Amino acid sequence: MSWLTNFVRPRIKSLIGAVKSATPDNLWRKCPACGEMIFHRDLVAALYVCPQCGHHMRIGAPERFAQVFDNNTFEELIPPEVAPDPLRFRDEKRYTDRLREARQKTGRIDALSAARGTLDGLPVMVAVQPFDFMGGSLGMGVGEALVNAMQSAVDESRPFILFVASGGARMQEGVLSLMQMPRVTIAVDMLRDAGLPYVVVLTDPTTGGVSASYAMLGDIHIAEPNALIGFAGQRVTANAVREQLPEGYQRAEYLLQHGMIDMVVNRKEMRATLSKVLHLLMKRSKPHAVLPLPPRVIAGTVARVPGGA
Amino acid sequence: MHAYLDFERPIAELEGKIVELRQLAGNDPTMQIDAEVGRLQQKADQLVKETYARLSPWQRVQVARHPGRPHFCDYVKHLFDEFTPLAGDRAFGEDAAIVTGLARFRGQAVAVVGQEKGNDTKSRLKHNFGMAMPEGYRKVQRLFRLADRFGLPVISLVDTSGAYSGVAAEDRGQAEAIARTIEACLNLRVPLIATIIGEGGSGGAVAIATANKVFMLENSVYSVISPEGCASILWRRPEKAQDAAAALRLTAQDLAGLGVIDAIIPEPIGGAHRAPDEAMSTVGDQISRALGELSHMSPDDVRRQRREKYLAIGRDLK
Ligand SMILES: [Zn+2]
Repeated sequence: MSWLTNFVRPRIKSLIGAVKSATPDNLWRKCPACGEMIFHRDLVAALYVCPQCGHHMRIGAPERFAQVFDNNTFEELIPPEVAPDPLRFRDEKRYTDRLREARQKTGRIDALSAARGTLDGLPVMVAVQPFDFMGGSLGMGVGEALVNAMQSAVDESRPFILFVASGGARMQEGVLSLMQMPRVTIAVDMLRDAGLPYVVVLTDPTTGGVSASYAMLGDIHIAEPNALIGFAGQRVTANAVREQLPEGYQRAEYLLQHGMIDMVVNRKEMRATLSKVLHLLMKRSKPHAVLPLPPRVIAGTVARVPGGA
Repeated sequence: MHAYLDFERPIAELEGKIVELRQLAGNDPTMQIDAEVGRLQQKADQLVKETYARLSPWQRVQVARHPGRPHFCDYVKHLFDEFTPLAGDRAFGEDAAIVTGLARFRGQAVAVVGQEKGNDTKSRLKHNFGMAMPEGYRKVQRLFRLADRFGLPVISLVDTSGAYSGVAAEDRGQAEAIARTIEACLNLRVPLIATIIGEGGSGGAVAIATANKVFMLENSVYSVISPEGCASILWRRPEKAQDAAAALRLTAQDLAGLGVIDAIIPEPIGGAHRAPDEAMSTVGDQISRALGELSHMSPDDVRRQRREKYLAIGRDLK
């Protein structure tokens, strides 16, 4: 069974207030790629990959944790506290309002969740930067959570796996978001200095200040099929680049061809691939697969399962 | 004559009158203009002083981008002897948007890096407006390795609207190139001193500005995104750039307040473009002091100081 520590839950509650109902009534989900209507239970069983077209849907931390950790057992790290709105930023909306909405929508404090557990018996630290929280944008909360999780991984001698999706730096934190690029890079180097593997799983989409720092500094780069990965974000590309774009531009398979990633791995093979790579790098004997529990409802977390359960 | 910015129009009018008077007097030696020129000059000087004493963030962005502002190559001529440019990343090509080289700075051998925007159409195209390609950043990594091996401090002069984004840059791994260069900055065991001399544009700037000491000229800017880009994304209207410039807190004064930079280097009254030599000498003095301060540290301590400094950024903010 999985759980959040008792320290975390009251803090999440105090920051987020009542989380909106975790269970929308729609038992069917429409594939954003092919339009196929998929029964929710089938979608969960298929790890949120469309059975019709193979589209890998965007998923959050609870789903990733459930798909990686042995027996769906893990312990989440307490999210570090950071200055909530150091610039007092507002555009047409206050940044604090945008933050509150994102917290209510996702049930998470910021766009980074990390947890410790085992993968086929090997102790690992897993961090997830999901797109659904303000586009997975990198701000002080995300940066500090990554520094914290990487430092803990070093202290506990755990290899580090990062599942990342992000549009880049969080503009509402100005130059302080930019400073997270070197800050997290320092933490990546701590893993290197400790001789611990750092595996990055690039998911759709990963661009901007995130791809231009720690997301491209992995010992191993794995991407999910068709994930958009690049320096310039989609909007920048659409606005600025009038040149003819090559087929498959900025997609995982394109990056593979251009030498920027090691492999493109289907979500169904992800767990086995991560396990194999980490056991080899850590010079462990061949793993005995410990199947994760069927990825259904995640008991005890306040996080929302997409589409409900 | 130099180019005037929109908000400098009243100054331009006064200074234009002075030029006119001088021309008239040049044609007619009997004209007595000294008193009038003196009066106008005093008025113009006062106006420059007042205008520059209360620049808005958006106006500072304009000054930071002023075409007459001293650029990297001007600094090289003014501050260094024996400048020896080094070209190429040894993998793909040479990128003139970032210039690297060896030089002597006030007697001391150093490594130098910076973006050059160019001053006219031809040089702007040559330097790609200071927007570097992956091979430019990989050339910097090569310079850093060289500096490390031979114990040369690195002086970085930052002036870019951002790294180039386009098919060629993506194909050659712009994101990875920037990421590795930031990492290379952080691992240097020689002092790295960065000065934002104009624009510090996003990751393309951070890649050469992750330094033991980071200075900003009084009218330079350093930002996660251009005000125009921010306005078009968050306001969905590019014309809101003025509001975005204020909200982003991108001036030297803002960054000093946030604890992101180590010092502000004052500019001559009216901006660096009005007295380039004076501005560049002040930058040189500041770099010289910083080099002195860092010269007593061991290579490991130099690396450690840089890393601890960055880890501490933002932790004391409320
Ligand atoms: Zn589909």
